[in-house]
Amino acid sequence: MRNALTIAWRDLRSTFVSPIGYVVLTGFLLLAGWFFFNLLAQFNRIVALYSGMQGADTTWMNLNDAVITPLLSNLSVVLVILVPMITMRSFAEERSQGTYELLFTSPLKVHEIVLGKYLAGCAVVTLMIALTLVYPAILMIYGNPEIGLMTAGFLGLYFMALGFVAVGNFCSALTSNQIVAAISALVILLLLFVVSWPAENAGEPMKAILLYVSVTEHFRNMARGVIDTTDLVYFGSAIGAFLFLTHRAVESARWKA
Amino acid sequence: MIEVCDLSKSYGSVAAVDGISFSVESGKALGFLGPNGAGKTTTMRIITGFMPASSGSVTVEGFDVFDDSFEVRRRIGYLPEHPPLYLEMAVFPYLVHVARLKGIRGAAARDAADSVIVDCTLGKVADRLCGHLSKGYRQRVGLAQALIHKPEVLVLDEPTVGLDPAQIIEIRQLIRRLAAERTVILSTHILPEVAQICEKVVIINEGRVALEADLSDLPAGRSLEEEYMRHVGGEAHDAVPAPRPTATHDNAFVEGKEDTPGA
Repeated sequence: MRNALTIAWRDLRSTFVSPIGYVVLTGFLLLAGWFFFNLLAQFNRIVALYSGMQGADTTWMNLNDAVITPLLSNLSVVLVILVPMITMRSFAEERSQGTYELLFTSPLKVHEIVLGKYLAGCAVVTLMIALTLVYPAILMIYGNPEIGLMTAGFLGLYFMALGFVAVGNFCSALTSNQIVAAISALVILLLLFVVSWPAENAGEPMKAILLYVSVTEHFRNMARGVIDTTDLVYFGSAIGAFLFLTHRAVESARWKA
Repeated sequence: MIEVCDLSKSYGSVAAVDGISFSVESGKALGFLGPNGAGKTTTMRIITGFMPASSGSVTVEGFDVFDDSFEVRRRIGYLPEHPPLYLEMAVFPYLVHVARLKGIRGAAARDAADSVIVDCTLGKVADRLCGHLSKGYRQRVGLAQALIHKPEVLVLDEPTVGLDPAQIIEIRQLIRRLAAERTVILSTHILPEVAQICEKVVIINEGRVALEADLSDLPAGRSLEEEYMRHVGGEAHDAVPAPRPTATHDNAFVEGKEDTPGA
């Protein structure tokens, strides 16, 4: 475990001595702020409009449905694009700059290397999502949102991001080219987003499979504030599966040909 | 003690190393020679546990590199052809990081880094980024990372390639000092380097061992250059004229090497 932390710490530092950490963080927060501002402005407009009408029922309007849930959905799409940019370096850069030889001739276990790389990516997305908590905080100061629902929503976003990191690391472990790593991770993540599109027309076993595999189906529940163990198991097993695949991909260099 | 036994490695249908065997006794230094593409780097990568062999075995200090890879990696210091530096890290934190990767914990990691900084005379650049160092310093940092856990065995892949003559002399002196108390495998194209540092020489060509001999056992009156050309250059080179003075040879090989970067 200490070896994994050593690797994670170095990777994390390297993310923040290069511009990439700051560019990704700034871009993410800029977009998040833009989404939040516009969703809130729209909510205010609708509330003002309805409150001008006599006898209009405004009880169905609330900050959770009108601001938080759409904000989380938008952020999930941004993460699909940005997480591959964070994880693309993890293994590919070590390969291309020759430090792979240092890692693999040091007395380290493969799982320590894989875990270290994963923890470094997790630390970056943790920071990204932690910084967006300023928006629910603003809502709590000026409004009256449901805290439980917001918590569930942000947890959903966080678990999803942790899953994305595992996918990104796996793609980076397959190549020495960072662009290839980023694009392949982006494609896999986008596919996981849209894989359920044909589900409505599909026959029964296929439909259930497509719906289960789709990230959107599981994330949608959590964004609405519903924590279901099925969704937690889904994200947990996705992380486990991709870490396992990464382990195999990294270890395969040591397999006898 | 390093024993390489009938080692082969193929990439697809191409055999990079084809049934080579040799050994190095503990505390001895072996010069590993051969033309570019002969299989030197592949052999060294297998010895250090970086990649597996297709067949054959390697034992380092009694441990098999495939079955006991972990034990072997604890005992080996490896300087690959391109020093494995994190270019965005400064030299001192980089060496501390390597020390931790090698299993040195806590304050001992900083002490180990301090000690190799002294050994490799890196004091002046300890705070500079690895990416900003000259080639000579990068090579020395590479050597420092290989030494940091005080390995019993050192594997050095062309440590003097691309350095200027003064740097070559410095690195060579450093290696000679290190070789006094360790088992060393040194691959190089500079033949006088082997004569100065090593007790034994192995020449490989096209993936096979062409010569394995103690330097003292080389036929009297025949220089290492002649021996090399006999085994690598083929028939045409048997008629190589009598060797020029060693100093000229030294320069010729240094310059020749810089024109043709490593395989």
